[in-house]
Amino acid sequence: MSDNKQAHGTEIPQNEQLLEYHSEVWAQHHAHHDAPEEKPNFWSHYIFSTDHKMISKQFLITAIFMAVAGMFLSTMFRLQLGWPEQKFMFLETLLGKWGEGGKLNPNFYLAAVTIHGTILVFMVLTGGLSGTFANLLIPLQIGARDMASGFLNMLSYWFFFASSAVMLSSLFIETGAASGGWTIYPPLSALPQAMPGSGLGMTLWLISMVLFIVSSLLGGINYVCTILNLRTRGMSMTRLPLTIWAFMITAILGILSFPVLFAAALLLVFDRSMGTSFYLSDIFIDGHALDYSGGSPILYQHLFWFLGHPEVYIILLPALGVTSEVIAVQSRKPIFGYKAMVGSMLVIAFLSFIVWGHHMFVTGMNPFLGSVFVFTTLLVAIPSAVKTFNYLATLWKANIVLSPAMLFAIGLVSFFITGGLTGIILGNSALDINIHDTYFVVAHFHIVMGSSAIFGMFAGVYHWFPRMFGRMMNKHMGYLHFWLTFASVYGVFFPMHFLGLAGVPRRYYADTAWEGFHTLANVNSMISIFAFIGAFAQFVFIFNFFYSIFRGRKAVQNPWRSNTLEWNAPVEHLHGNWPGAIPVVHRWAYDYSKPNADEDFIDQTIPYSQTTKSNLPMET
Amino acid sequence: MMTLLILAILVLLIIAIARIVRIVELANELSGEDDSVINESDNKFNGRMLFFIMFATFGYFGWVTMKYKQFLLPESASVHGLATDRMLWITFAIIIAVFVVTQILLFTFAFKYSHDKSRRGLFYPDDHKLEILWTALPTIVLITLVGYGLMVWNKITAPAPKDAVVIELYGKQFDWTVRYGGKDNNLGKSNFRLITDNNVVGIDYTDEKGKDDIIVKELHLPVGKDVLLVLHSRDVIHSAYLPHFRTQMNCVPGMSTQFHLVPRLTTAAMRLITKNDKFDYVLLCNKVCGVAHYNMALKVICDSPEEYAAWMKSQKTVAESMSQAAEPAM
Repeated sequence: MSDNKQAHGTEIPQNEQLLEYHSEVWAQHHAHHDAPEEKPNFWSHYIFSTDHKMISKQFLITAIFMAVAGMFLSTMFRLQLGWPEQKFMFLETLLGKWGEGGKLNPNFYLAAVTIHGTILVFMVLTGGLSGTFANLLIPLQIGARDMASGFLNMLSYWFFFASSAVMLSSLFIETGAASGGWTIYPPLSALPQAMPGSGLGMTLWLISMVLFIVSSLLGGINYVCTILNLRTRGMSMTRLPLTIWAFMITAILGILSFPVLFAAALLLVFDRSMGTSFYLSDIFIDGHALDYSGGSPILYQHLFWFLGHPEVYIILLPALGVTSEVIAVQSRKPIFGYKAMVGSMLVIAFLSFIVWGHHMFVTGMNPFLGSVFVFTTLLVAIPSAVKTFNYLATLWKANIVLSPAMLFAIGLVSFFITGGLTGIILGNSALDINIHDTYFVVAHFHIVMGSSAIFGMFAGVYHWFPRMFGRMMNKHMGYLHFWLTFASVYGVFFPMHFLGLAGVPRRYYADTAWEGFHTLANVNSMISIFAFIGAFAQFVFIFNFFYSIFRGRKAVQNPWRSNTLEWNAPVEHLHGNWPGAIPVVHRWAYDYSKPNADEDFIDQTIPYSQTTKSNLPMET
Repeated sequence: MMTLLILAILVLLIIAIARIVRIVELANELSGEDDSVINESDNKFNGRMLFFIMFATFGYFGWVTMKYKQFLLPESASVHGLATDRMLWITFAIIIAVFVVTQILLFTFAFKYSHDKSRRGLFYPDDHKLEILWTALPTIVLITLVGYGLMVWNKITAPAPKDAVVIELYGKQFDWTVRYGGKDNNLGKSNFRLITDNNVVGIDYTDEKGKDDIIVKELHLPVGKDVLLVLHSRDVIHSAYLPHFRTQMNCVPGMSTQFHLVPRLTTAAMRLITKNDKFDYVLLCNKVCGVAHYNMALKVICDSPEEYAAWMKSQKTVAESMSQAAEPAM
């Protein structure tokens, strides 16, 4: 199209005639675009769908399934940690040889810890969170018919599915799943002699991860292209809802950092299978001196954390984006400091690439390099503080509808503060050397990125469920789910700070190493009880979720009285999102409770000419 | 049988919940209430709950702190640990203050401004003065913390003095070996290719400097002396973690890492402080290294100078144990 640039451009046409003309061009363009499509059958509609809304549901349901698997593993190791002396005969039935005699096998314990971390970090909070909400919201909120490439989008899901399937299958093999921790540091992960999980289990882990990286890159490229090129007329970058900004920055982070993980994994594959020595040197194991020479295990850590740290924000930013949107809508108030919110996300994203060394203060890295990483790491707290204060300012003098989604968003802010603050301790190398790899770290990251991000995901599910399935979720079960989960998060993770400050290392199967740890046993059983309450609460959610898909109340078109375009499309899903012309945008996404307006929200498609009463001086 | 029973109970439980939900839904339908729309009583109830949970959370945090503060590590047994402990508590004071203030604001706002039909939210999209304020404040606090942290860090990581006692910590799956430089305070050469069952660290017997080395399975530290720990591993990455001395350093195969510290409390002194006459320092492996990772610990004894000298004297050097091992064969 010759006038493509104009049609997708950012300027707001003043002329009503021009506007009409463009709508027509859009409609024609898309009618043409959609024409060759056949009537969908079961396979093309539910399985190999190229519709972003269906792909979003596929991501969500797969992620829920994976989350249940990850949570199951965590209940297994919490059982061991809570009551290390106790025998649970049902473990034998449940796990076979891994639970022989009613005791969790120490190798299985390490595998459970490893796969729990991998599933939650990658499958649930990266694939699941971005995959679900970026897919659902990007086209709908920017006013596009679909993703830039529906086909790549479909591939992205199926690579994700394959990756998840391979990861799960690794739990069922003879030698057990990968067990070296989710960071799979070599030489432990490179040498099958070092532990049984480093055999076939690690191979499957690496295959799964390569598939996952492909999925993530296909998705990410698609998200960025779509946001940059397919925004509807009038949807300038500064009118985008914060969700879209978050998804775009996340996708860019993924595109820049996942290839580095791919390189790290590839070199590990070479070391494992082809006798190279990228990460290995001077090793004597199992009665033999190995021939590897000249490699460095620390090289792997640099490569891994070059992804690993941005990965934290790949997880967190979409959750913050969702929260920003939910908080604004349910507070019936514009998000405070829109530009600062975008700016702080950009700063966080930039900084995330130059802080990875804070995971490596005790690897023998040059102390001066450590100082540089201390400096960059603590800088992250500044944009994070800005975001927190902006959320608080949004809540101030708001008119808050406490929907389950809003409660989860408030919960996220609470965790973001708590976990973020302990990060100030861990980021300072002089303090880190004593609590590195202890339960203090476990507490820190489970609160700040684990619980925060999963709360963001829950907020998103409760908020956009009507948009996904055309029905509402049951609010009572939603509230029950929130209160139980919120209480159990602090119940589980707050006491862990004390374990860490008492010097208890993470990934310990039992507390037998030092007699001083025996006194901590009842801390661990309390943590485990809270963990089981938390696990139970998730079944309330899962039940509510699947029940509401089929039996929930039919949703109205805009149940939360929201401004953004996704609520402008009909409740029934149709490929192409809007039956007629694509909506044209006239204002930003946050005109809530505008003084003198008729309602406390003004849809983004309503031009200023129709709201003369409430326009601000610069808006006429 | 038991499993079947449990499964059956679970299935029945799920069915029961489904029925109860259906009944509640039907009852709501009859009374005309919609269980998906958030009404004023939901807002009121959950707003109060948020306010309540704030106190409950603070209460729980306080209770956990009172109950578990006895588990915190006793005062630092190393000199640099005094500085890091002070820094830790100063940082804690700052973050706890920020934590309390922000959480109170968060939950109080959520409670106080919960929905009221007769009201409208305040249209307040931004305020540059406020934003500059809360960008500048954290910046100042963090720059202070960074500066403080780096000052301490530079002191901790400063090179050890030349006369520091050199001690090699050698990790393998799943135990530790300790090697002292002996009279010359100099570790002899070692090579992983020379490792045998009797030569666990792969000492090169041709190196004269290694003849007076002492190899043991306990870590003895002399109190008040500069100690330079030199760390090695022969298989996977281990990490030597000395919680009471506030330090840890990874042991990486193929390279040598080190950490310099000055012990300041003997085991006996620490027994008095902890009021536990069985207390012993410990060195733990703190990097997952395989199935027995959790048991890879080493007893650490911090001696007075006299005890240390006496202990040192009672140990056999590499040369002595070699000649002893060789004698019966002759």
